[in-house]
Amino acid sequence: MSGTTAFWYASRATGIVALLLLTAVLVLGILVNRQGRLPGLPRFAVTSLHRNLSLLTVAFVAVHVVTAVLDTYVHIPISAGVIPFASGYERLWLGLGAISFDLMLAMIITSLLRGRLNRTLWRAVHLLAYASWPVALAHSIGSSRDLQHGWMLDLGIACALMVGIAIIWRLAHAARQVPRAARVATAMARHLPAAGAHHPRERISR
Amino acid sequence: MTTLTEPSGPAMTATAVRAPAGLPRLLPQVPGVPEDLRAHLARHGRPPYRGGRGLLIGSVEAAGLTGRGGAAFPTHRKLAIVAAARGRAVIVANAAESEPASRKDALLLRVAPHLVLDGIQLTAEALGATEAHLYLHPGTGHAIMRALAERHAAGADRLAVTVTEAPPRFLAGQESALVNRLGGGPAVPTFVPPRVTERGLGGAPTLVQNVETLAHIALIARYGPRWFRELGTAGEPGTMLTTVHQPDGQTQVIEAEIGTPLRTLVVGAAGPGAQAILVGGFHGTWLPVGAAATLTLDNQALKRHGATVGAGVIAALPADRCGLAEAARVTRYLAAESAGQCGPCLNGLPAIAGALAELAAPGPRRATRQNAERWAGLVTGRGACGHPDGTVRFVRSALTVFAPEITRHERGQCSATNRRPFLPLPDGMPTTEDDWT
Amino acid sequence: MAETLRVNPINCTGHGVCAELLPELIYLDEWGYPIIDRDPVPPALDVEARRTVAACPTLALKLMRS
Repeated sequence: MSGTTAFWYASRATGIVALLLLTAVLVLGILVNRQGRLPGLPRFAVTSLHRNLSLLTVAFVAVHVVTAVLDTYVHIPISAGVIPFASGYERLWLGLGAISFDLMLAMIITSLLRGRLNRTLWRAVHLLAYASWPVALAHSIGSSRDLQHGWMLDLGIACALMVGIAIIWRLAHAARQVPRAARVATAMARHLPAAGAHHPRERISR
Repeated sequence: MTTLTEPSGPAMTATAVRAPAGLPRLLPQVPGVPEDLRAHLARHGRPPYRGGRGLLIGSVEAAGLTGRGGAAFPTHRKLAIVAAARGRAVIVANAAESEPASRKDALLLRVAPHLVLDGIQLTAEALGATEAHLYLHPGTGHAIMRALAERHAAGADRLAVTVTEAPPRFLAGQESALVNRLGGGPAVPTFVPPRVTERGLGGAPTLVQNVETLAHIALIARYGPRWFRELGTAGEPGTMLTTVHQPDGQTQVIEAEIGTPLRTLVVGAAGPGAQAILVGGFHGTWLPVGAAATLTLDNQALKRHGATVGAGVIAALPADRCGLAEAARVTRYLAAESAGQCGPCLNGLPAIAGALAELAAPGPRRATRQNAERWAGLVTGRGACGHPDGTVRFVRSALTVFAPEITRHERGQCSATNRRPFLPLPDGMPTTEDDWT
Repeated sequence: MAETLRVNPINCTGHGVCAELLPELIYLDEWGYPIIDRDPVPPALDVEARRTVAACPTLALKLMRS
């Protein structure tokens, strides 16, 4: 049984790493949107990390799926990696995993073809990407006991907290954002009547 | 010197209608009296269709017509691009002059609607257009709607014209903003390329032409390029409509031949009445009154002073006003009319407007002038449209022409004795998306 | 085949990644928006320019034939 156990362990390990990476990618994505910085790093590091880690995440998920398939303890068809609910074993939970992976792949593919694609389509797919995280989390909790206790549970909660905080930060900005038609009015109010109190260094954000 | 060939074909064999000699050409014989369809046909005859795509363009080229919407682009070139492009073409008659100081398009729609509509039909034939639009500001369309109804009843038009209202925004008449609006979006500019002549409304090659230009085409088609060149200069033939703001406060729309001395248009241009002349509207250039006394209404002469005729708006600022205060009011308006899409414009124009407002008030202001100059340099050429560039041109010329006033203000003085605003400006500013649709 | 860098100012949100990656041709104004050299991209910087275009988070930077 040791051969199959190795695959099973590999699958669980790559699974948890993939979840950690996905968490980092989501938080970094929000950081890019908010033009945030990582301390000590240049701006392009944030965008680079976001993109590179997203590719790494897909790689880990792929290994996670393949090792699960190779493990002969239960029969999981390879198609179950991308086709939701194609597995007899743990149909629901593995199905969620497939959905999450599909969303990730859609994001990666549309991003690689970004120059040729309609801008709105790219944005829509990227927005849908937010869903890949909770779906991945549900998959993790349901399909393996690992996240239900011990240090893995703590890890899961920590990831959920980081995602939660990042999303709240994003939503707070969206709520505060001035619509295009009102931006100029805001800018005008800042400079006029000037009365000598204009602030040349402050930027009106788009 | 180009050799002019008379157009052959239906235009020559149509019922001989006497070509109007001299002025007026666009405006009716009796000032202010609109021509209905019958009067229009009696004066000009039926529109001479050429019977095919592209055939009118040669006449327009020989006539040397340039756009009357402000850019003075050679009309035949624009027509040729759209006529040659693949796919069905769209023609849009642009009456959204958008400039608060311009009244000529509104007047033309009211007193010579049939000339404009003829121009649309004839140009549509030349382009092979399958779709025609008329874009105008609210309140200016009554006469032309009646004219359209008249023509519809008489079965006179080949192509139906869809009339759309433009929002009262300074940028509403900008080419890509217009196409954006007609496509259902807000009247804000879009990034170019692609030009609307290649890919415009619904992806089709689109001709956006000022209504005055179309009216000239309607006349060129009938009377020929040689007739068109009887007035105007060799390089800039024909007549143009000007909106002149006289120093006494009166506003007139005058059809003048290109090359007319400015002093014949502006009452007291060389006299004590005016202190400075604004040529080209709110994106135009301030000129000292001495220069205006010698200048003529043509781009070749004006270019030497950094000015162009634009859409024909000329304003003579009375000597008793404060030029800086006027410039500050207009700059504030221009800043408020930014679409707010591009960082440099959104940030720079309000800053410049703030600087001008400071300069317009008495008190020492050394850094303000330098700041204004710096911001002017920063916004030029960095927007998706020409709004920042036009605004900077207006501002820079104001700072030059009114430099003595700046010095006076620094000492706490102002030479003005009349605080009433001179240049026309609307109240309020856009704040919601609805203001752009 | 000479190419020039151009930015679509409507899509640009002033992230500033471009100025970090290509300081030879791009610098930021006082509001954080890019000011781009209007001359064609020198051949030595061609690879950098393409990398910078790809790195823009909003794809506002373009290389256009001049």
